[in-house]
Amino acid sequence: MSAENGRAGAERAMENGAAQAAPWWERRAEDVERLIGKYPNSRSAIMGLFWMAQEERGYVSDEDLNWIADKLGLTRGYVDSTITFYSLYHLQPVGKYTIIVCNNVICGLKGSEGLVQELERLLDVKVGGTSADGLFTLQTTGECIAACDGAPALQINQEYFHKVTPERAKLIIERLREGAELEALSEEIGLTKPGAVWEEGD
Amino acid sequence: MAHPLEMRVLTQGIGEVDLTRIENYEAQGGYAALRKALKQMTPQDVQAEVKKANLRGRGGAGFPAGVKWGFLPDDGRPRYLACNGDESEPGTFNNRMLIEFNPHLLIEGILIAAYAVRASKSFIYLRGEFKKGARVLEDAIEQARAKGYLGDNILGTDFSQEIVVHRGAGAYICGEETGLLSSLEGGRGEPRNKPPFPAVAGLYGMPTVVNNVETLCNVPFIVERGADWFLSIGTENSPGTKLFSVSGMVRRPGNYELPLGITMRELIFDVAGGLLPGRTLKAVQPGGASSPVLLPEHLDLPLDFDTVQKAGSILGTAGVMVFDETVCMVRTALYYADFFSHESCGQCTPCREGTAWTARLLRKIERGQGTMEDVEVLKSLDTLMSGTTICLLSDFSKTFLMSVLKHFPEEFEAHIKGRACLAEQPQEVRSA
Repeated sequence: MSAENGRAGAERAMENGAAQAAPWWERRAEDVERLIGKYPNSRSAIMGLFWMAQEERGYVSDEDLNWIADKLGLTRGYVDSTITFYSLYHLQPVGKYTIIVCNNVICGLKGSEGLVQELERLLDVKVGGTSADGLFTLQTTGECIAACDGAPALQINQEYFHKVTPERAKLIIERLREGAELEALSEEIGLTKPGAVWEEGD
Repeated sequence: MAHPLEMRVLTQGIGEVDLTRIENYEAQGGYAALRKALKQMTPQDVQAEVKKANLRGRGGAGFPAGVKWGFLPDDGRPRYLACNGDESEPGTFNNRMLIEFNPHLLIEGILIAAYAVRASKSFIYLRGEFKKGARVLEDAIEQARAKGYLGDNILGTDFSQEIVVHRGAGAYICGEETGLLSSLEGGRGEPRNKPPFPAVAGLYGMPTVVNNVETLCNVPFIVERGADWFLSIGTENSPGTKLFSVSGMVRRPGNYELPLGITMRELIFDVAGGLLPGRTLKAVQPGGASSPVLLPEHLDLPLDFDTVQKAGSILGTAGVMVFDETVCMVRTALYYADFFSHESCGQCTPCREGTAWTARLLRKIERGQGTMEDVEVLKSLDTLMSGTTICLLSDFSKTFLMSVLKHFPEEFEAHIKGRACLAEQPQEVRSA
């Protein structure tokens, strides 16, 4: 390796180091522009930008909201009024995994209340709280999550888990605590394929 | 194994082959309809075929899609197509299956519809919970682009189209078409007064078509096989198949694609495996939370748009929820009341206040602290909350409640007078 190359490498490393500290909208500047470019009007990108911000640290911060308002040429009041309309955005820090248990009619009939109690016990939190290790925030929703054949159902960071019995709830929590990858876990034990929720003899 | 009564058109191959891979979709005839539409038909031809097929909207209203397309004014402004994938009606999960397991069918349907209405851009509005659906669709769109089905000069023609996947973030009202457009424009998902209808002033004020996922998934088959084929399935006024989402107290809950007009008995007892062992049927909601209950006496009712309406309910989204004797109707009404109260956008007073007060009164009754006067107040909401708001959430928030007040008054009385629940495996009447 020549001295020239070595110096360039060191500069690159420094740049990368600086990039690590840079806010998401700088590190993901291309994604931001691509998102905005999809729409005839840039304001339509607001929800996508909220999602990007939330992917970054689990919630949308004050700083994020200021930047989004500025970027899209909107007032902060408009941005606040918009984000608070939608229940899946978090404006406060949450755990790495937000568990949302469906508590609409069918999941209710199939035992969502018991499931919530079991999760409260497993995580040692009340609904709305975050576990001491910072891994899990537990919530319920009255909105049907379109998983009624797999009731009682829940989502973890919007990945589905169907027919969550107390035993399966325990397994899901254990696997995530062990560091399982969420998407893969949903595919593996979430019973998300058509007909996967039927039992022997059905 | 498919049940003999099932008729797999939109769901063909689901569960057997991986239709998220474009080559598997093509192998079973996928994208042939797009080719046919672009190479052999004018946009007017496609519109005429879909109109002739009387493809009624699968999202709940049952309005003919071909007629809806015909409302767009020809005034030179850009036009948009918005696919409604906000599927949030309680008891409904058929769009989700089509999106996750047959994404290319939806893409093909959107492309053909966009060609027919000459849209300059198409959008798929997905509810925020459909994160996997968004991944699957984004991936499928790139596969389609690589094969020349999407992007500039599709299949060598002068038709170009982009499809933008847009994720919501948890708001039932964004399934209402003008709420959807408000949200897609980057604001609160608040419905707008109609008229003007989206066909005239929709997305960014431009002529816009809003169609449900399942509606658009029917389009390729109508183009490829013809309106006459489509009309040969189902009933005279409700042609085609429908994906019924069956849930609740049945042995085999799930999505079943069946010709419209199948009876409730066939759907519940044959296809969905019947009730849980030893249980008896109490009531059925045929079309989501907003549908009034049907009773065991309706078991031989053909499930199509008009017949269900004549029987006093609606087919809606065909989210069929089955309740047996263990289900307390007061408690069920309370679940819905909490849901609608939370999901009311709050613009209109009758809805914002009415849904909240409904939930308060029902909670009081369910807990054994209600009075018969409360029941009268609830009944009075039927007129106060009908036709008094921008959208139909208010009207539809109480249709189930009114139907159970009518058919199961004794359950409300028991909660009030006896402080007890009549459902046969009594859910305790909890003290405050």
